[in-house]
Amino acid sequence: MQKDFDELARLMRAANTGDDAAYARVLSLLAPRLRTVVSRGFRSYGYNTDEVEDVVQETLLTIHLKRQTWDSSQPLGPWLNAVARNKLIDHLRRRGHRQHVPIEDFENVLEAPSESVSVGAAIDGSNLLASLKPRERMIVEAISIEGRSSREVAEALEMSEGAVRVALHRALKSLAARYRSQ
Amino acid sequence: MRTDDLIRALAEDRATPVVGPQRRVVLALAGGGAVTAALFFWLFGMRGDIASALSTWRFDFKLVTMAALFAAAMIATLRLGRPTANTANAVRPILLVVLLLLAGLAAELVLVPSGDWSARLFGKNRFICLAVIPLLSVAPLAAILTAMRESAPASPSLAGAFSGLLAGALAAILYASHCTDDSPLFVLAWYTIAIALVMAVGALAGRTMLRW
Repeated sequence: MQKDFDELARLMRAANTGDDAAYARVLSLLAPRLRTVVSRGFRSYGYNTDEVEDVVQETLLTIHLKRQTWDSSQPLGPWLNAVARNKLIDHLRRRGHRQHVPIEDFENVLEAPSESVSVGAAIDGSNLLASLKPRERMIVEAISIEGRSSREVAEALEMSEGAVRVALHRALKSLAARYRSQ
Repeated sequence: MRTDDLIRALAEDRATPVVGPQRRVVLALAGGGAVTAALFFWLFGMRGDIASALSTWRFDFKLVTMAALFAAAMIATLRLGRPTANTANAVRPILLVVLLLLAGLAAELVLVPSGDWSARLFGKNRFICLAVIPLLSVAPLAAILTAMRESAPASPSLAGAFSGLLAGALAAILYASHCTDDSPLFVLAWYTIAIALVMAVGALAGRTMLRW
């Protein structure tokens, strides 16, 4: 199991040095694990699991935006654990849950290969994209749903590639803020 | 949006170069520090007898302890910006500064007859000290907290408090070069209260600003 985690850390380090494929891979490997962790957390509090995918996506977004707070000389597990726990607690709190959330075994679950549905099959419940500015939304949708590169999007929208990247980054940050204030 | 789609957007965003969160705090400190130093030299300036003051141990001690506090607060703030931060580990360097301050206090109590203690403790500038240190902390604290929003502190209020300590220590270094009350008794009492005020503001602001 530890090996599995080391592999994630290796991919994450490769991503930090500019390997885009490694980065996409690490996020794809994390998604089903997060789904397992979050569903368990929800179930143990008797919440229905409609919103699991929301929390999974919010956690992935946070992992992305905060990835540089991981000290790459340290193991990845505790960092992932801290981020995922923060997001789950946050979500439960927003739903009015005040108690301490005992998810100490988080790390073990994160570490275990996934048991649940195929990656990304589920769709989030709340359509947060609708909250973005029209142009930002267009850019996010073109890149995520249509799978286009920022260069292609730049050509289509007659913008510079840099401007598309800036808009994408801003859009992702505002999505994260929307989640927090939901 | 499917999770797979989101991942595609995240991977595409990765190519955007980002300044690391720790470097951001350092840059913010430099920026906020420059603003507050300009304010300091405009409004107050160093004391007139700075050259002779530098040859007294009390004045030097005051500067050295505030510089040490600044360094320790810097380490603590940077460490507390991580979600996996170990509080005891992050805050430990501050203890060394406290020990240093207490050593200075002990020396002062030995050297000065007890009849003079209260004059030294209350000094002449205590209210100025209480006003100027928080005033000079405003710009660096705002800059540090803004930069810290890129971090992911395990405890937002604690990270805010130590951002306040960092800003307060910077302000205290500047103010120490202006103030003519050099006794460790004075420093330990009034600088501590002034900086604690800044820490409290930082903790309150951090609680909302540094949530992630």
